[in-house]
Amino acid sequence: MPSVTRDTFQRSHPRRPRLESTVTLAHGSGGRAMHDLIDSIFVARFQQAPAPLEDQARIPLGALNTLGDRLAFTTDSYVVDPLFFPGSNIGELAVNGTVNDLCVSGAIPLYLTCSVILEEGLSTDLLAQIVDHMAIAAVQARVQIVTGDTKVVPRGSVDKIFINTAGVGVMRTGINPCATALQPGDRILINGAIGNHGAAILVARGELALDTDIQSDCQPLNSLVDAIVSVCPDVRAMRDATRGGLATVLNEFATASQVSIQLQEEAIPVDEPVAGLCELLGLDPLYLANEGKIVVVVPAHRADETLATMRSHPAGQESCCIGQVGDRFPGLVSLQTAFGTERVVDVLVGDQLPRIC
Amino acid sequence: MKYVHEFRDPQRAQGILRQIEAIAAQFPPGSPGSSASDRPLRIMEICGGHTHAIFKYGLADLLPDTVELIHGPGCPVCIMPKGRLDDAITLAQNPQVILTTFGDVLRVPGSSQSLLQAKAQGADIRVVYSPLDALQIAIAHPDREVVFFAIGFETTAPSTALTVLQAAAQGVSNFSLFCNHVLVVPALEALLNQPDLQLDGFIGPGHVSMVIGARPYRVIAERYGKPVVVSGFEPVDILQSLWMVLDQLVTGRCTVENQYSRLVAEDGNAVALGAIAQVFTVREQFEWRGLGEIPASGLRIHPDYAQFDAEVKFSLPHPHVDDHRACACGDILRGVKKPWECKVFGTACTPDSPLGACMVSSEGACAAYYNYGQLDRRRPATSSASLAPSHSSRVRR
Repeated sequence: MPSVTRDTFQRSHPRRPRLESTVTLAHGSGGRAMHDLIDSIFVARFQQAPAPLEDQARIPLGALNTLGDRLAFTTDSYVVDPLFFPGSNIGELAVNGTVNDLCVSGAIPLYLTCSVILEEGLSTDLLAQIVDHMAIAAVQARVQIVTGDTKVVPRGSVDKIFINTAGVGVMRTGINPCATALQPGDRILINGAIGNHGAAILVARGELALDTDIQSDCQPLNSLVDAIVSVCPDVRAMRDATRGGLATVLNEFATASQVSIQLQEEAIPVDEPVAGLCELLGLDPLYLANEGKIVVVVPAHRADETLATMRSHPAGQESCCIGQVGDRFPGLVSLQTAFGTERVVDVLVGDQLPRIC
Repeated sequence: MKYVHEFRDPQRAQGILRQIEAIAAQFPPGSPGSSASDRPLRIMEICGGHTHAIFKYGLADLLPDTVELIHGPGCPVCIMPKGRLDDAITLAQNPQVILTTFGDVLRVPGSSQSLLQAKAQGADIRVVYSPLDALQIAIAHPDREVVFFAIGFETTAPSTALTVLQAAAQGVSNFSLFCNHVLVVPALEALLNQPDLQLDGFIGPGHVSMVIGARPYRVIAERYGKPVVVSGFEPVDILQSLWMVLDQLVTGRCTVENQYSRLVAEDGNAVALGAIAQVFTVREQFEWRGLGEIPASGLRIHPDYAQFDAEVKFSLPHPHVDDHRACACGDILRGVKKPWECKVFGTACTPDSPLGACMVSSEGACAAYYNYGQLDRRRPATSSASLAPSHSSRVRR
């Protein structure tokens, strides 16, 4: 029998990636198991054309220069429980959340990273489903996932899967919304009802034994932002109202610009099931998280046109004006109630906790 | 939402307010509430739920100057003394124990830390929405001791009692209660026995009364001469109840009336009261944060159910921890001081580091003033005891 040498040895056919049914520590070891996992789950879904894998994405600057004059760069980690909830899932969230953090600066989001930390024992089917949702969300948000990383940690070290996505985008020349730019007289706009994501997660955790049809509002906002900046290039500030909700974003704006913000309680849109859940638990929808809501501050003379543009966009059909900027109490957000009274809307100390009675 | 929107109707509220103004104008000169008096009429809303609603809707700002709302001791989270919290933390630090409780208890400060801090240090503390959830955790973890840290007035006591009865029926031996249920009428009597009290009437707690009925408040009207109106929780409910209290005062009547009759029966809920009577007995006395020891104001587990009593099952130190010296919670609860008249309000005592009972939960008077505070108090402080700090000077974590 002739001995096998490097010259004579050839595989009879190329090796196919093997994928086991659960993630093991071997999948994070840098060896063949890891490459198989990356190839069959991530590369297969994210790579748009076959290319050798490098340790970094290489992005040509020429094309970026035609879009604007600055880079926007952001990162966010996603640790949601449960992984799938009414209206969305962690994969979609990991793309849209980072796209939204980019686009509220007025930037055009272009490239994302995808780093996952996996718990030993996670089903590879479940992982594939999550990555599928990421790939679809990236296409819908018109961004590419171009590089990433996979780590596996022992059972119990993380809860199933943690995802980090960083993103870069190009900021349009001359458009520079920022939290410090609010001026008395400006109008506060929002693209629809608040609190749906936070409420959907609360219900999905199953601790309340409640059955509702509340869905997360998870969606990419970059196309809506395109429309907003096209009619209102001098938009003062934009921010997506995620953790801490609408109240938190407005407090950040009021503090940064040293202006007061007065909201009209009756103008703030809250869907009936969300309002009902909040009544039941003693929570305030102003502080519930959103994943597809943008707070937009515009000069008063631009408000009507901006609002009309937002309403004609699928992501902003229920847009409305909810308040305005003033100068009475610098740094303070207040709410005018239906009774004609006014109260402070402060920042929460910690999480909202359900009241007991 | 049906049965909610109707009770938040600004038109209805305006109508009631006009009647309140009309009544307030009728008080005889020199009496509290008359325009010539140096003291407004002081009506206490007992329940923290009412306090929360009053601030949320800004109702106090709508009232004439001659009528003032005083915020009472009816927030079960606020009145939990530090020593009991320390006991709960001791329980939670036992590696054998899973401590379960309601969400808003987590931030209440003990003498050195809160349950939230103990949880961060590794104690197994879990938030439940019902004591029955705690029982389920006990069934699911037969190798652990599951303790439910029960707090609340008569509102939450029936569900705790029914959970104990269910644990007994199912023979669950690894479940117990750390019972801190308190009673509303003894606390009111303790307030009314204070020499410097300045109260003219009460808006009675709706949810407690759903269980105990309206009858138990008769002692307040008959022995202490203060009108009581049991009230619902929506703005129109509260305004209507206030009007009913004022109407009693101006017509010289003094009785217990029930504005919340859509939910509250004169004699309460017999099933709920039966469960309370079966499972609990009244303690000789119980310590209230801000008010001190009050006789016959708390519940303990009846000896028949001692196997479910965490205070019997585990040896607890029961420390007594004094309230902070600078804290004026006791005066605030008696209607003698306003939150912003306390030396530490908004400075050393804030919702993220509360020193006193009234700053602990969003239903406490001080926390409500601090969070929703009337805007006219938001000018920079001119002296340490006068005004809330300006908003931007807060330390944020």
